[in-house]
Amino acid sequence: MKAAPFEYVRPSSLLEACSILADDEDALPIAGGQTLVPMLAMRLARPTILVDILRLPELTGIGRANGFLILGATTRQVEAERSALVASDLPLLAKALPWVGHQPTRNRGTVGGSVANADPSAEIPLVAATLGARIVIQSREEEKVLPADDFFLGAMSTALEPGFCVKELRFPVWPKGRLGVGFHEISARKSDFAYASAAVQLAADDDDKCLNIVLGLGGLSDRPVRISLDSIIGKDLRATSLPAIVAEAVGDACDGFDLRSDIHASASYRRRLAISLAQRAMRDAIDGALQGGGEAQ
Amino acid sequence: MNVELQVNGTDHVVDVEPRKTLLDALREDCALTGTHAGCEHGVCGACTVLVDDAPIRSCLLFAVQADGYQITTIEGVAPGPGELSILQDAFCETHGMQCGFCTPGMVLTGHALLKRNPNPSRAEIVDAISGNICRCTGYGQIIEAIELAAERLRGRNLSDSISAEPTMVHADIVAPEDEPERGIIKAAGYDLPHEGKP
Repeated sequence: MKAAPFEYVRPSSLLEACSILADDEDALPIAGGQTLVPMLAMRLARPTILVDILRLPELTGIGRANGFLILGATTRQVEAERSALVASDLPLLAKALPWVGHQPTRNRGTVGGSVANADPSAEIPLVAATLGARIVIQSREEEKVLPADDFFLGAMSTALEPGFCVKELRFPVWPKGRLGVGFHEISARKSDFAYASAAVQLAADDDDKCLNIVLGLGGLSDRPVRISLDSIIGKDLRATSLPAIVAEAVGDACDGFDLRSDIHASASYRRRLAISLAQRAMRDAIDGALQGGGEAQ
Repeated sequence: MNVELQVNGTDHVVDVEPRKTLLDALREDCALTGTHAGCEHGVCGACTVLVDDAPIRSCLLFAVQADGYQITTIEGVAPGPGELSILQDAFCETHGMQCGFCTPGMVLTGHALLKRNPNPSRAEIVDAISGNICRCTGYGQIIEAIELAAERLRGRNLSDSISAEPTMVHADIVAPEDEPERGIIKAAGYDLPHEGKP
């Protein structure tokens, strides 16, 4: 056994779980455990109590409500990956999910766990930041709804205070236009941590003009970021100027970050990757939208 | 803590500390040592087992979390004692192993893949086993083994082939006496001494 001793409890409701977490600040929630258990094995985490929330029925499931697609926090990544609702309403998430870990880790890993972990190179937080998802968190006393921008505070750092649990993720579903999405990332090995990643979602109208577009970048700084490409809105998606607009916007954004630089990838390499990956993601998104794309719901 | 594990169709009640992983419980408390302990922090895939038919890393699941699941280990994939599953046999035939340490994880991952997807492309096989590290073979023969097994399973006209839904892949599905030759594939000549000739 590699982990330090802890007590294990499996509460029957989220409020009970939050209560246990509130009473003992060294208690930790566990869901899929795909990041937490390695941390326990290396004794980087030494909780007194592990509060197992994986089987709480109120935390799992995928559904539509009020223009959002809602994923319960303990919905497995594999369930989201194979969900017809995610495929139709959130094609960007569907596109990004195969990049998350490996199949065996996606079989256990949860969407909420990935968001709570807030790895700067993780795909689900990137999609959440790109689409402006709302993260719903719960404590014994209250429920809060935080925009992704307010939730991700830094590398492995979120607005989750002690006693709070991620309850659900609400992704806005775009109401009109033909959707096109693109997702690209570069890492040393398949499914390893990305040096840089780029996600694009756009909607085209009947004249192939851009109705709406968002671009997100991951792996570059201490958190996933959303880059404005509003200057493209209204333009023809076949316009040859678009790659240059993307390159300029991404380059400007990178100049504003404290770009990560490490043994694997220097800051200047990450900057070049970001531009390249954003252009590729953009091209995929345009191709997708022009070829019919997913009808927005 | 007492926990009831259903492994290869058999119930095991084990008394474990909460910090004991499913991997350690299988090896030490259920005496199923076919599941290998590699990195023990979720990187190598040697400890892969199937939980409700899906491959997972047994080092990243505590035994106390594993009640209520149908767990399949490498001991549970052969149709009967002394036999090999079609996929295991393909691993032998294509030399899909050298030291054998990653093999149980590779075989279980392959079984899960072929059950979901009877006709995987090479890229799909590579993706499926991308979470399993092999330091001997260079992966080529492992991919070949899964391709060979897929081909044989497709050509087989039996209801409980890996690709058929919804039966579990484990030892108890078929009593060995019912179909004594199930899972046995004739050894290739070059696998036998003197190529099988007297």
